[in-house]
Amino acid sequence: MNDSYEPVIVGFLCNWCSYRAADLAGTSRLHYAPNMRPIRVMCSARVEPQFVLKALREGADGVLIAGCHPGECHYVDGNIKALRRYELLKRMLRQLGIEEERVQLVWAAASEGNVLADAVNRMTEQLRRLGPLRWRETVLGGDAQPEERAGEMMAKEV
Amino acid sequence: MNEERIGVYVCHCGSNIAGTVAVEEVAQWAAKLPNVVVSRDYKFMCSSLGQELVEKDIKELGLTRVVVAACSPHMHERTFRATCERAGLNPFLFEMANIRELDSWATDDRAAATQKAKAMVSAAVRRVVYHQPLQLLPVKINPNTLIVGGGVAGITAALEIANAGYHVYLVEREPSIGGHMAQLDKTFPTLDCSACILTPKMVDVAQNKNITLLSWSQVEAVEGYVGNFTVTVRKKARYVNEEKCTGCGICIEKCPKKVIDEVFEAGLGYRKAIYRPFPQAVPKYPVIDTSNCIFFQRGKCKACQMFCPTDAIDFEQQDQILKLEVGNIILAIGYDTFDPRRIPQYGYGRLANVFTSLEFERMVNAAGPTGGRIVLRDGVTTPKSVAIIHCVGSRDKNYNEHCSRICCMYSLKFSHLLHERLPDAQVYEFYIDIRATAKRYEEFYHRVLEEGTRFIRGRVAEVTDAARMPGEEGKLIVQYEDTLIGKQRRLPVDMVILSLGMEARRDSREVAQIFGLGCEYNGFFIERHPKLDPVNTMTEGIQIAGACQGPMAIPEAVAQGAAAAARVLSLISQGTVMMEPVRAHIDADKCSGCRICNNLCPYNAIVFHEDRKVSEVITALCQGCGACVAACPSAAITGAHFTDEQVMAQIEGMLWDVQPQFAMTSMETR
Repeated sequence: MNDSYEPVIVGFLCNWCSYRAADLAGTSRLHYAPNMRPIRVMCSARVEPQFVLKALREGADGVLIAGCHPGECHYVDGNIKALRRYELLKRMLRQLGIEEERVQLVWAAASEGNVLADAVNRMTEQLRRLGPLRWRETVLGGDAQPEERAGEMMAKEV
Repeated sequence: MNEERIGVYVCHCGSNIAGTVAVEEVAQWAAKLPNVVVSRDYKFMCSSLGQELVEKDIKELGLTRVVVAACSPHMHERTFRATCERAGLNPFLFEMANIRELDSWATDDRAAATQKAKAMVSAAVRRVVYHQPLQLLPVKINPNTLIVGGGVAGITAALEIANAGYHVYLVEREPSIGGHMAQLDKTFPTLDCSACILTPKMVDVAQNKNITLLSWSQVEAVEGYVGNFTVTVRKKARYVNEEKCTGCGICIEKCPKKVIDEVFEAGLGYRKAIYRPFPQAVPKYPVIDTSNCIFFQRGKCKACQMFCPTDAIDFEQQDQILKLEVGNIILAIGYDTFDPRRIPQYGYGRLANVFTSLEFERMVNAAGPTGGRIVLRDGVTTPKSVAIIHCVGSRDKNYNEHCSRICCMYSLKFSHLLHERLPDAQVYEFYIDIRATAKRYEEFYHRVLEEGTRFIRGRVAEVTDAARMPGEEGKLIVQYEDTLIGKQRRLPVDMVILSLGMEARRDSREVAQIFGLGCEYNGFFIERHPKLDPVNTMTEGIQIAGACQGPMAIPEAVAQGAAAAARVLSLISQGTVMMEPVRAHIDADKCSGCRICNNLCPYNAIVFHEDRKVSEVITALCQGCGACVAACPSAAITGAHFTDEQVMAQIEGMLWDVQPQFAMTSMETR
């Protein structure tokens, strides 16, 4: 792998716990890998599999979904719904040949800036080792024409 | 869509952002993004001058969308929404990029931070194009309030709200309100008698017509949202009819069954099977403890019923389930003390004369089990030497990392009380640091120093009864390192007191689940902001007060109780609150009637119309989580302010600098 390669991670952070954890990490000046680009959602349950696939297809090397700890969801059990969806999505990603480390789900409470920062650091390190995703080669097998539509269809069906 | 006119404003925040992010470069770069008509950087965007800049541009350049790249939306989103509104732009046509907390403060790599800031600005610019004008939703506030926990914080909050003329339901799980404060003898540093200052307040609660006191009760479920909560409370059977009982106490006197009082007397004294925790209990009605009552266990006795002059004993009483409608909730469930059995080398439970701080509080209390005499476990011998060990379970990576804040001061108070009651006794305090930080605390420390307490700096390794040297026989030996002289020492004493730290209630996580709150790693509830919003939680309409938020002494708990009450009163007096319009909406034309969303909604906010075979979101019940939006297979549900278009555009913007794999726009893929 090329030394200058830096993975890009799209992070979906829930408004109540993990986004605040990220805020706290910043406020506490916890320095962590700048590779995660945050998108705020109200709840991890709002994260559609399409969002994840969209990010990967648009060039992200990984996607981090972060929610409240089970039992502490602001919306009762949205994080559990996210977890269920995540397990299904993982199965599909495996079929597409996308490594498990590229899409991760973590729990971080509003007081756990360090947990979120550690998750980003850990994931960045894992992705550095994995290298770029190369959607075209990995998922479409180089021949973009017929499978492009297949990928698109699968994205739709999730 | 392409005619939007966007203004981008990049904040320096002094050097907070500009120190790490090349803000001028970001602003100049953003000027070239699609639809951007003006892009500026400014020292402090949140200042009135910064805001005026935005207002002026909206008016003069006809901006239809605004992006501010500055701090967290949790800091200043409201500020800039109001700015837009003042200039005549719908406040929801604004988007914030958090390039401070999530960027400049989280790294010192200037190039990477600048790149990330560009990504976040580009995401905001692309997202804001799809924003729609929205209106805040007014929600009526039910003026009743639920307070959970009748310790000093809960009592204070209840009285504040009740005295303002609004109704309070005060739920307490023990038979009496009072909490830990009712157990204490004196309070530091003023040496006020704890009960003497608390009981008048407890009586006020009992007599206040605006307070419904539900003791021996627990909250089982909470539904609803700010202004309109429905709370299910289980009022446990007391087996005493509250209408008939006069609180005379004859039943308690006549009850033949004595049991150890593990709660109020901290295991040091006894109570009856029918009991009031303490004479000044509020309410005055006793409770039958069915697991110890002879009648409930063996079917015979009924002594209490026989002697009750008003026929108030009712063995048939059942638990009652109450449904309360309230607009606001204050949680003041307090703390538990650390369980010293977790540190076996201190010998609690094994060595008779090792006491906990709570046991000592009860012992020195004139109304306590020993009538205020300080004696060893045998009940007669007066100790000639006492060691007080600080930080038991606190400031220790093996147990709790936090400082419990009150233990230094109550340990000093113990020293003072020991000198007062046993002038000949030698008192030793084993401390790590003396933390006497509030008003008159340091003065109290000096007073105790002058009274002759020996202060030894060092953590105690072990308390043992294994004598090794002459003079140690029959004593407790404290093995410690005196860190000021750097030597291992042994000290034989008659009595050891463990100054227990404060922990979150053992069931705090279960309580948090009922109310939908977050907990810290150690179980204390998380406040909305540690500095600026210490009594609010992330859930609108739910406040926290007292030691359930973190270790604190009585004055802070009282202040928090009053602060939470002020928050509640301000909502009640407004009558309505304006809620974020982040709500789901179902397009009836697209809905296939599959009903997948129906069961996903945690608030039962989605109804299914059998006649038309479509689902509909009841806006007033929807809280905007978006679980249904993500799940709808027909994409018939839109989550306002978090629509698919908005998030997809944001994803594209975030990844502006990485090679797109397809030459497709987001619209084509959908």
